[in-house]
Amino acid sequence: MLAFAIRRMFQSIIVLLVVGLVAFSMFNFVGDPVDSMLGQERTDADVERVRIQLGLDQPFPVQYYKFLQGAVKGDFGISYRQGRPVSQIIAERLPATLELAFVSAVLAIIFGVALGIFTAIRRNGWAANTIMSLSLIGVSLPTFLIGILLIYIFAVELGWLSSFGRGDVVDLGWWRTGFLTKSGLLAIILPAITLGLYQMTLIMRIVRAEMLEVLRTDYIKFARARGLSKRAVNFGHALKNTMVPVITVTGMQIGSIIAFAIITETVFQWPGVGLLFINAIRFVDIPIMAAYLMLISVMFVSINLIVDLLYFAIDPRLRLDKTKG
Amino acid sequence: MFNKIHDNIFRALNSDFLYSFKHSPVAIVSFIVALTLVLGAVLAPFYAPHNPFDPATLNLMNGFSAPMKPNQFTGEVFLLGTDDQGRDVFSTILYGMRISLFVGFAAVTFAMVLGVSLGLIAGYVGGWLDALMMRIADVQLTFPGILVAMLIFGIAKGFTPIDQRDQMAIWVLIIAIGLSEWVQVARVVRGATLVEKNKEYVQAARLNGRRSGGILIGHILPNVLGSVLVIATISLALAIIAEATLSFLGVGAPPTKPSLGTLIRIGQGYLFSGEWWILLFPAVTLLALALSVNLLGDWLRDALNPKLK
Amino acid sequence: MSEILLKIKDLIVEFPTRRGLLRAVDKVSFEISKGEVLGIVGESGAGKSLTGAAIIGLLEPPGRIGGGEIIFDGQRIDNLSDEEMRSLRGKRIAMIFQDPLTSLNPLYRIGEQLIETIQTHLSMDNKQARTRAIELLDEVGIPAPETRIDAYPHQFSGGMRQRVVIALALAGEPDLIIADEPTTALDVSVQAQIISLLKSLCKERGTAIMLITHDMGVIAETADRMAVMYSGQIAEIGKTYDLIRNPKHPYSVGLMSSIPAIKGDVKRLVQIPGSMPRLNNIPKGCSFNPRCEKVFEPCYVKRSPLIEVGNSSVACWLYDEEYKRVKAK
Repeated sequence: MLAFAIRRMFQSIIVLLVVGLVAFSMFNFVGDPVDSMLGQERTDADVERVRIQLGLDQPFPVQYYKFLQGAVKGDFGISYRQGRPVSQIIAERLPATLELAFVSAVLAIIFGVALGIFTAIRRNGWAANTIMSLSLIGVSLPTFLIGILLIYIFAVELGWLSSFGRGDVVDLGWWRTGFLTKSGLLAIILPAITLGLYQMTLIMRIVRAEMLEVLRTDYIKFARARGLSKRAVNFGHALKNTMVPVITVTGMQIGSIIAFAIITETVFQWPGVGLLFINAIRFVDIPIMAAYLMLISVMFVSINLIVDLLYFAIDPRLRLDKTKG
Repeated sequence: MFNKIHDNIFRALNSDFLYSFKHSPVAIVSFIVALTLVLGAVLAPFYAPHNPFDPATLNLMNGFSAPMKPNQFTGEVFLLGTDDQGRDVFSTILYGMRISLFVGFAAVTFAMVLGVSLGLIAGYVGGWLDALMMRIADVQLTFPGILVAMLIFGIAKGFTPIDQRDQMAIWVLIIAIGLSEWVQVARVVRGATLVEKNKEYVQAARLNGRRSGGILIGHILPNVLGSVLVIATISLALAIIAEATLSFLGVGAPPTKPSLGTLIRIGQGYLFSGEWWILLFPAVTLLALALSVNLLGDWLRDALNPKLK
Repeated sequence: MSEILLKIKDLIVEFPTRRGLLRAVDKVSFEISKGEVLGIVGESGAGKSLTGAAIIGLLEPPGRIGGGEIIFDGQRIDNLSDEEMRSLRGKRIAMIFQDPLTSLNPLYRIGEQLIETIQTHLSMDNKQARTRAIELLDEVGIPAPETRIDAYPHQFSGGMRQRVVIALALAGEPDLIIADEPTTALDVSVQAQIISLLKSLCKERGTAIMLITHDMGVIAETADRMAVMYSGQIAEIGKTYDLIRNPKHPYSVGLMSSIPAIKGDVKRLVQIPGSMPRLNNIPKGCSFNPRCEKVFEPCYVKRSPLIEVGNSSVACWLYDEEYKRVKAK
């Protein structure tokens, strides 16, 4: 297992280096950073000074190395548009995105797994069929339309929930949370549902498909032949075996949630890093784009790594491999 | 080669295929809806009441007319109402759909050409070339397609001179969406190529001294066409949604050439003030388009190639 | 004759399809006495396994019992509710499947699976159940059961896993074990061991076995009586010894002559020409008629009922007194 973990970690680092190269190339080749920093009126001396200041006079590998060095420390330079350090801007906005992603993921997993089991066990019932048909529509619906629909129903027509922003936040010094105020909690409901709905349908469909697969296996037939109760067969045996593939998909979905937060944050004007990223694209604010790319890569890669390691906790057959090397 | 493709198409259209189509109400309805929308968009210049891209035909006084009600200033009646600038919503939807469909089809074509050729080469040549391509694919697959598309859009936008950004936006969009979708195609084609290239008939063709290019196009390509068609249909639905999403987020089609996504973005601004038609009709159109293509793709997958399930 | 444990009468198993009902088991009747071993042979698709699944109430939908009765220990069980049936499964009737590699849940230790089964059927606390589980593993010949009980299925060989499966089947102390091809997936060298283990354990406990297999060798060695099934019907049923020595139905004759004899004169192995008809294409009359060497007029009209000939019962018009007379003329 250790060998496996090390190999996976090695692969993760390679992915990060590749993404780092992309981010670095964006810095160097997209637009002209000197242009972006100096504006219209400038002298050749200014240009030269900024070039040296940015390290653009050094050879490519040295520049890449310096970039990575900075990236590890969280230093991505200064936003072209806001003129403030990128790390500072992102640190301010990250809590909003993480809180939103967390609530959505919890909703998606709880309802996705529960509905998946339900539709698998009652696979020919009318309720299960209705849920399956709805989920097909749900998968085809663009996220932003779901968001707009929810705003229309709950904010415009019913007036129950707010349609933009985080509500009141409490500053904990290093983290500004919306979980501690009533308006903050109310504000997160619609965006979280919007963001979680698509992932929930996906998780549900995977759980259902896997569960149906497992319910057909010999060991489930044998478990039933031994007279175990339905509960023991469905939840004790089938569910545990369903979990291995479900964890993969769920893990990858959590990554997607952070990425899809871009859309939800735009619909609800949620002040997170996703909205920041979209505005960065619109105004070609390269440092923010690069930093966001690195940030999300680190998240994706670590999630994938955790998912891989979770397998070992669930499947004893994999644990055996450690003796084989 | 054409005989072979012809055979494949013939086989695909044989009785089973038609039988399955005739007995799937979902497929029939989806097909009719998709066909109506595509024809409606393609033929728009011939029957659309207005040309929303021609500022000369616009009258700001017509702004915010409700559907089927005479405008309070000009007395004109619009089927689906007008937006803030007095543009006829029905016409903007028709022209918007043209842009959405154009971007969708072009992006998918781009992704197919790229994916099929790279997949064939990777599968047939193998070795380090294959390894390199698949590693690139792996890295790209770590990220959701829409994020990749956004990023490519952002980078490409950076390369475009500022004064040309609006004109180039559509092409940038096509490249961005196409590049975000080629991986799936390449993987499937590569897998199929690996299987096909070891079959006897390919070995025989090789022994007969046919060139690799000939073998790829003459023997292997026709065998992967079925899978490619299925992926293309599903990718089309994805591309339409991706385009709408990017345009909705303001990083896609420009307001001067609005696609369905741009129209929804504009409409969202009037959600609270009561001009519901500016938002509702484009949204419903997008929904019908995405859903019908998606369902058609699902059905096609089941009917053509049960193995892909 | 000893007391009857299981009685099947005119059992029908059918599958509704788009092109109508398909009968996979067509009016099968037989009995199993307490402690008896009944072998059921036939080609794959003959309906052997479905008959077994129907008895224990585990037919996979859309398959269903379309008629007939299953009477177990004097009680009709084909119409029990799910919950009532469940209380019989494992406790009174157990089942062993073909592939020991896939019969055990790979994510649970074998001890967990045994204890769970024991506690479902017998009121024992964890400690008692664990002791019982170790005893069972010992009885089925697992070495060092005290430590092996905490191993996962993948840590056992195929033969050892089938022993664990047998231990699991015996855990509820059932009266009948339905063994569906219990050795087919195993190495030839292990097959005999498993079969003799199963037989001796059941003999000790007076447990009856319904042994489903296409391996004539296994039947010959194990079964007291045997039934030959062909396309969903019983062709012949009787004492194993009689049936092997003196098969009567033309299909049984073909089946027996396709077994290589170890002793005796070396003849060519005989093949039965053709193959079993598909369910949607069963010929009128006797379903064996296209392949039968001795086919005559009535075979095309109607299927023969089971006719008692000596110790066996045969579904073949050749043994019908009236036709015999007609033919003799």
